[in-house]
Amino acid sequence: MTALLADIPLEPAGVPRGRAMVERAEWAARSFATYDIDTVRRIAKAAAEAGEKHASEFAEAAVAETGFGVAEHKVLKNVACSIGIWNTYGSHDYVSPVVHADRRIVEIPRPAGVVLALTPSTNPVATTYFKIMLALLSRNAIIISPHPYARKVGVQAAHVMRDAAIAAGAPDGCIQVAEEPSIPVINALMTDERVDVIVATGGTPMVRAAYRSGNPAIGVGPGNVPVLVDGTADLTLAARRLVASKSFDNSILCTNESVVIVEERIEAPFTAAMKREGAYVLEGDEIDSVRGVIFEGDHFNTAWVGKSAVQIADAAGVKVPKATKVLVAPFSIVVPEEMLAHEKLCPVLGMVTVPSAARGIDAARAVLRITGSGHSAAIHSEDADTIMAFAAAVRVLRVSVNVGNSLGSAGIETNLAPSMTIGTGFFGRSSVGENLEPKHLVNHTRIAYSSDERIPMADFAGLSPWQAPHGPVPSYPIASNMDDAPQLVRANGPASESTDELRDEIRKLVIEELRQIIKG
Amino acid sequence: MSGQTNLESAGSAGYDYGLFSFASKAEVLDKAKEYWNPGKTQFWIDAGVPLVIDRREEYYIWDMSGKRLIDLHLNGGTYNIGHRNPEVVQALTVAMQHFDVGNHHFPALARTALAEALIASAPEGLSKVIYGSGGGEAIDIALKTARHTTQKRKIVSIIKAYHGHTGLAVGTGDDRFSKLFLADQPEEFPHVPFNDLDAMEDALRGRDVAAVIMETIPATYGFPLPDPGYLRAVKALCEEYDALYIADEVQTGLMRTGELWGITKEGIAPDILVTGKGISGGMYPIACVLVNEKSAGWLTEDGFGHISTFGGAELGCIAAIKALEICSRDETRSMVHYIADLVGTGLRAIQAEYPEWFVGIRQNGVILGLEFNDPQGAKYVMRHLYENGVWAIFSTLDSRVLQFKPGILLKPEVVEEVLDRTEVAIGRAYREVMGLRKAGR
Repeated sequence: MTALLADIPLEPAGVPRGRAMVERAEWAARSFATYDIDTVRRIAKAAAEAGEKHASEFAEAAVAETGFGVAEHKVLKNVACSIGIWNTYGSHDYVSPVVHADRRIVEIPRPAGVVLALTPSTNPVATTYFKIMLALLSRNAIIISPHPYARKVGVQAAHVMRDAAIAAGAPDGCIQVAEEPSIPVINALMTDERVDVIVATGGTPMVRAAYRSGNPAIGVGPGNVPVLVDGTADLTLAARRLVASKSFDNSILCTNESVVIVEERIEAPFTAAMKREGAYVLEGDEIDSVRGVIFEGDHFNTAWVGKSAVQIADAAGVKVPKATKVLVAPFSIVVPEEMLAHEKLCPVLGMVTVPSAARGIDAARAVLRITGSGHSAAIHSEDADTIMAFAAAVRVLRVSVNVGNSLGSAGIETNLAPSMTIGTGFFGRSSVGENLEPKHLVNHTRIAYSSDERIPMADFAGLSPWQAPHGPVPSYPIASNMDDAPQLVRANGPASESTDELRDEIRKLVIEELRQIIKG
Repeated sequence: MSGQTNLESAGSAGYDYGLFSFASKAEVLDKAKEYWNPGKTQFWIDAGVPLVIDRREEYYIWDMSGKRLIDLHLNGGTYNIGHRNPEVVQALTVAMQHFDVGNHHFPALARTALAEALIASAPEGLSKVIYGSGGGEAIDIALKTARHTTQKRKIVSIIKAYHGHTGLAVGTGDDRFSKLFLADQPEEFPHVPFNDLDAMEDALRGRDVAAVIMETIPATYGFPLPDPGYLRAVKALCEEYDALYIADEVQTGLMRTGELWGITKEGIAPDILVTGKGISGGMYPIACVLVNEKSAGWLTEDGFGHISTFGGAELGCIAAIKALEICSRDETRSMVHYIADLVGTGLRAIQAEYPEWFVGIRQNGVILGLEFNDPQGAKYVMRHLYENGVWAIFSTLDSRVLQFKPGILLKPEVVEEVLDRTEVAIGRAYREVMGLRKAGR
């Protein structure tokens, strides 16, 4: 069709719609911020369970839509980011006031308000789940802007959690998703002054744009994970963990290992152990071929994100066994012009050998000078001195020890906060240096008494300013001289939200349930 | 934009608007009396609301003096989506590079597109759209359509109804406006009391009525709410006595009740639905009549039956396509529910402070009538609200009731501000009236 008015710029339809979403979110956030802990828990649990129920379905849909990753690994992440987050934080309370009688201070949690979440194509469902769960636990309204490459599944994932949350009593509009994300829409959302915080997970340009927006932002930079294997390590276990981690979801997590640094004296047994675990160690021209495939000039070719080791080997003309999980690419020195020392979101692992652990620490610092500052590193070692020296030298904020970094630094196989958003802190030009968790979306109003104990302090024990809602939020606008919601006449056209009817049904059931609770 | 510059320069150079200029607000008021409408101009001066609207933006209007007011009058819902809504302005600006009002004789691009969008949004059964240039003309079209369809002349409306001041519409309303111009026609336009089904049945029983026309909530009468089931029963009576049901949705449509068309909340699929005012965002006049197949006969029989050069002006259609889209959004519907909830809760809290003075809240969505315990009560409250930076108007046909009409895209903080200002104004009006009563007025 010819656009007859094409010479005049008209704002893309998604932009005003995006602004409308922010306004709706403001209303939702205003209500949500007064909810009590019991209701918040009920909502978060319902969303988590709904997310878990669809974990496999969406894992497959994500692989189908984006063409990368491993469905069975995505299931694990989807479960971890739905019910897993509930299991970790469900017993925490980000809602009720806390009285510190000794310090004569009372802390009242105050949610940020409207959270704008940018999600990556690499973990479209897990990150969506994760950020929604954090928002619900902390009583924030959230707008998800899914990555355009994973739009469909991102929207579906958000809708599943939204419907469950609303049915459990969450305020209308507390979970929204931009159904047609585009650069103008994302820009409009990011620069909207009504957005209280942007949580940006994705590429560096997007994260920097979030910081430039003028709105408070929690952005995380890229990783480029060095892993040191020293002479004291259990080589069999180290190789097993490393191959499992590097092949997990075909290296899509930003926590995947990029370069393994091996002490010379154990190089041979370590490489043998790697081969036993399913790694193929490239030699001679093979290294150049693989480098030539996955890098295009000075940058990673995103066509290979999350592709399997066998697919990459095929493209490079390297014959490898069908069961190959990881391609190991040895190179000699960690310098910026060696592309294999850069971040690789695919199961190609760079490898350098060093004469000593001390030189290995230097090499790890060199890897992180290229990219990945503030992110994560790993070490396989039994020597406390080396581990301490390593951790104190590398410019990252988490070091996984004797565990795969993919799930280790993401807090899934360690006791770090389980997270799809790895705060890179000051090293990585971010405002948060921890794995993102609900507490990062909450501030506190502090009631502070004079430190002079002769001035009495009131007793706040058991006091809470928050309440359970009395029904759906907002209430349906029933005419003031009527008792019941009306029976609507149908419109000619199709309903705008396909789930409207179902949701109304669920709402009615929830209202009934709430009535019973209030009566009881 | 120009208003802002003018304010800055008001002190020395007066008010320069390019095509015209004034030295002062007093000059505008004087010339308005001299060249325009002395009665109306003087009325507002006497009422303590000497407003000459200058700048307008979102839900704010600025008097020439620079005084800012939050608009809760919205000119009857014309500014439902705010003043100069940027999306409507943009749509119109772009369209003006290509379109003008069009030629009413021919099928037209924008008219067809708007008609299709309106019908998709409308209560089931409505199938065609006829355009007027304003609400009064649209009502006349609806009444003419009903007369043609039924081949009967009588139109029943309620006492104190208001449907406009054009030739036929004026007959449906209060005598005040028809007698002035010798246009009262009581035989053809019987009026019955609102919420009185027996009276309605009496009026219809003779089977000589073409249509009953009802505002879903009568605005100018102070938004008295139809009793539960009343409108549905009226519709049933219409069916029984072969009269059409015309829903005047000029003030109750466009999401103001929390549904796009207020009549759908009453469980009624009308034969004819009229919309105007807010339909084009206050940027270009247009009004629309939606009819069902049963009433659409004349459009085939003699398509030139109603001619209107500006009816369905294409620029108006474009503004309306945009305004309708904004009103229809899920986000908008959700916001209206939130706004209605907060305004209702806030007003009930204020009412609890002045139970003897602030005696009633009529509410359906963001359509509200606030009742005060004095025959002129709403005029006092209106003036104190004006002094306090809020513009809301008393009901022309019931001065006890203040029309309180928040916009459908209001931000939470503005609603909170409105409630704060309203609380103070209601209190001050109360003290003024009590003082006057003590002084033995």
